[in-house]
Amino acid sequence: MKEKKFSLKNPSLQSILTSLICIVLGLLIGYIVLLMINPAGAGTAIKTILLNFLSRSSQAAQMKALGNTLAKTAPLLMCALSICFCYKVGLFNIGAPGQYEAGACIGLYAALAWHMNWVLCLVFAALAGAVVGSISGALKAYRNVNEVISGIMLNWIMLYLTNMVLSSKKVKDPASPYTIKLATGNKSALIPSAGLNKLFSNNTTVTIAIPLAIIAAIIIWMILAKTKFGYELKATGYNKEAAKYAGMKEKKNIIVTLAIGGALAGMGAAFLFLTGYQEWSTTQTSVPGMGFNGIAATFLGGLHPIGTIFASFFIQSITDGGALINKSIYPSQISDLISSIIIYLCGFVLFFKYVINNWISKRDKGGPNVNDVPVAAADAKKEGGDK
Amino acid sequence: METPYAIEMVNITKRFPGIIANDNITLQLKRGEIHALLGENGAGKSTLMSVLFGLYQAEEGVIKKDGKEVKINNPNDANDLGIGMVHQHFKLVQCFTVLENIILGVESTKNGVLQMDEARAKVKALSEKYGVQVDPDAKIEDITVGMQQRTEILKMLFRDNEILIFDEPTAVLTPQEIEELMEIMKNLRAEGKSILFITHKLNEIKAVADRVTVLRRGKYIGTVDVADTSKEEMSRMMVGRDVNMVVDKQPAKPGKTILKIENMTVASKMHSNNAVKNVNMEVHEGEIVCIAGIDGNGQTEFVYGLTGMEPLVEGKITLCGEDITNDSIRQRSKILSHIPEDRHKHGLVLDYPLEYNMVLQRYYQPEFTSGAGFLKRKEIREYSERLEAEYDVRSGQGPITIARAMSGGNQQKAIIAREIDKDHKLLIAVQPTRGLDVGAIEGVHKNLIAERDNGRAVLLISLELEEVMNVPDRILVMYEGEIVGELDPKKTTVEELGLYMAGAKRNAVVNADTSEIEESEAIDATTGRKEEA
Repeated sequence: MKEKKFSLKNPSLQSILTSLICIVLGLLIGYIVLLMINPAGAGTAIKTILLNFLSRSSQAAQMKALGNTLAKTAPLLMCALSICFCYKVGLFNIGAPGQYEAGACIGLYAALAWHMNWVLCLVFAALAGAVVGSISGALKAYRNVNEVISGIMLNWIMLYLTNMVLSSKKVKDPASPYTIKLATGNKSALIPSAGLNKLFSNNTTVTIAIPLAIIAAIIIWMILAKTKFGYELKATGYNKEAAKYAGMKEKKNIIVTLAIGGALAGMGAAFLFLTGYQEWSTTQTSVPGMGFNGIAATFLGGLHPIGTIFASFFIQSITDGGALINKSIYPSQISDLISSIIIYLCGFVLFFKYVINNWISKRDKGGPNVNDVPVAAADAKKEGGDK
Repeated sequence: METPYAIEMVNITKRFPGIIANDNITLQLKRGEIHALLGENGAGKSTLMSVLFGLYQAEEGVIKKDGKEVKINNPNDANDLGIGMVHQHFKLVQCFTVLENIILGVESTKNGVLQMDEARAKVKALSEKYGVQVDPDAKIEDITVGMQQRTEILKMLFRDNEILIFDEPTAVLTPQEIEELMEIMKNLRAEGKSILFITHKLNEIKAVADRVTVLRRGKYIGTVDVADTSKEEMSRMMVGRDVNMVVDKQPAKPGKTILKIENMTVASKMHSNNAVKNVNMEVHEGEIVCIAGIDGNGQTEFVYGLTGMEPLVEGKITLCGEDITNDSIRQRSKILSHIPEDRHKHGLVLDYPLEYNMVLQRYYQPEFTSGAGFLKRKEIREYSERLEAEYDVRSGQGPITIARAMSGGNQQKAIIAREIDKDHKLLIAVQPTRGLDVGAIEGVHKNLIAERDNGRAVLLISLELEEVMNVPDRILVMYEGEIVGELDPKKTTVEELGLYMAGAKRNAVVNADTSEIEESEAIDATTGRKEEA
């Protein structure tokens, strides 16, 4: 009993617990929506969403589908890392989509117009993201412009700038609104598979981008947890005044943080577009969801770089799973709707953490009823679930 | 039977972990009187008012309104009982007009549309009745601090409050504004309002109050009629006759100059004028110099300017013979240690563990960071453990305790340990004993004296009279951003110090004659009397 009481206060366990609550709640509400539209197929549909690639018939098809999900997890993870890193420093990098667009723009332009190899393209994409990120950073540091405002505006600016730049004859397929396929335009710009594709039924979009993204997550975690640099950034995030008192350059820290966040998001774009998974549509009029989904992945991952790896995979998986829902029973928008409901609920992680902590402190004040704790805990969870 | 008291707080006791903030305190406010609540910082005045206002619940004691016992569980209950408060830091919406602020929360509407005319007429009537002049259509951000305060007063009157609490209302006002406020308070009394006036300025009590209740260290000292009590007597009640905090120290042996400040002027964030005006001073090694003064007389800005947190408007700072006027905070911190005024705002990263806070000023040094930029966590852990042991910093889980979870006293000890242990020639300690209990205060004072005896220069900024009298070797009094006097703590009295702090006396350089006279007075200082010897 004592152990249980202790473990509930343990922050990492709390994070995992709250994330799970969010997932369960999201699925539950998603299920209710499916029931409301058509009760007949709801059970199958929610199963399909959850199982995603596993719902395929053959093992080969399963592996191929898993490969696709992983290929899209890599860019999502990079966006989540971008947001997670900035969040730890007290900045809400909602400008990640804009930084992602900049990365796509310069990454693809370098590949198709300048015929660079994938390493250089990746570096250019990261630099482009960093530049866009540091614009928000500089505005915040020197003009106290909220990074959320400047980030959202830059998202749109970068979208149309990217459409414009990638409409150039050198990079756009003249017959369609898309950029030229890298397989025909510049093979050297494709991120190599290094044999990983073999594991996934020859899915060529499975590249070393996936392990690179995971390595990035580990590096970000190391920076935040183990280095002097991370110490400074986190101190600035927790208490700007104390950071200033301790002689840290809090303005510089803000700019550097958003530049790094931008570089991560920019690389994320490269991890998608340089795998040949898809091409940039120069006629798109909405900001790509990748950066926004990164927000959900960050919170679902408990604001921990390693946690975001799993959260990104989960979110990508239900998104892909949603696409497999039987379209003859449900309208085609249902897949996006269900996955957005789940993603939306993922944003409630902090809320549930608050609820749990609140409950713990109330219980601690309550005094002698320590023995009832495990039962009470289970009740509280149920109550949360019912809502 | 009609009681003469509008509000009574009887035998109130309020405890916080490790400290009794209010120990059996009784406060009785008569109808139509101005009743002052006097006490030093940390004496328990704010806690008592928070209990009255429903922000805290007292463990013992009762509150009576017109003789009937009442329960005040939250500020709304207090409002319902007609209790209103002007907080030290105003609670106004900056971008609203005066009128909008006054009606905020009690707006009358008709079909969802605000009925401003009625409110305007009432505000106008109130403002004429009590002589509280405001411009109802001016925005808060555009008006003076004095008018903001009058807006707060009108807020209370608009809600028909009968019991008005003023929490250190003069701390932020200019002398003229203070005079106007005193007039307003007298008008309010004449119209039958009962006023509780929290302050530690004796002149103001003398000027307006009828009775005064004195608190010291959370204890009730007494209630006296202002007319029959001299300022000296009140200050003795406030500070305590028996100075049980006699600090054991040898005479100072000042050496060469460590800190030299010339013509320092620092801008104010609150007003358009300068908070620190043309300050000149020196601190030598082996001495403790104290800057005394009432809160808000430029001490905070002075320290910001000295430590590099705010730029100087004018002036020059020389530390150990080097001009540091334009040095960064980090550069200065190599020879200067700073125990900040606000330990939560500046002194600690509350969400960091204790060990990380222990190296807040040194984390970048090779001792704690490897060449590759990785923190040496083992060294940090050991360093933190050593400081905790040496300075008796207590915490739940040792180095990994989150700073937020520690008690205020131990947080302060951690800061002091960090600042004293690092290399420095000058220690700046700003209100280092703020909010600490008696035992902890003693420890801090010993630390400061040990620093001095180790040949460091110590600059103490304090609001506590007792501390000012006992710890330093030299006192400089700051009033409205200027150094108005230099006193020798051995030769002066609390009363004289108080006169300087209140701006009633001014003496930029102490001349030899007055110190002679003060010496003869000092003999009687133990009795607290400033009579002719």
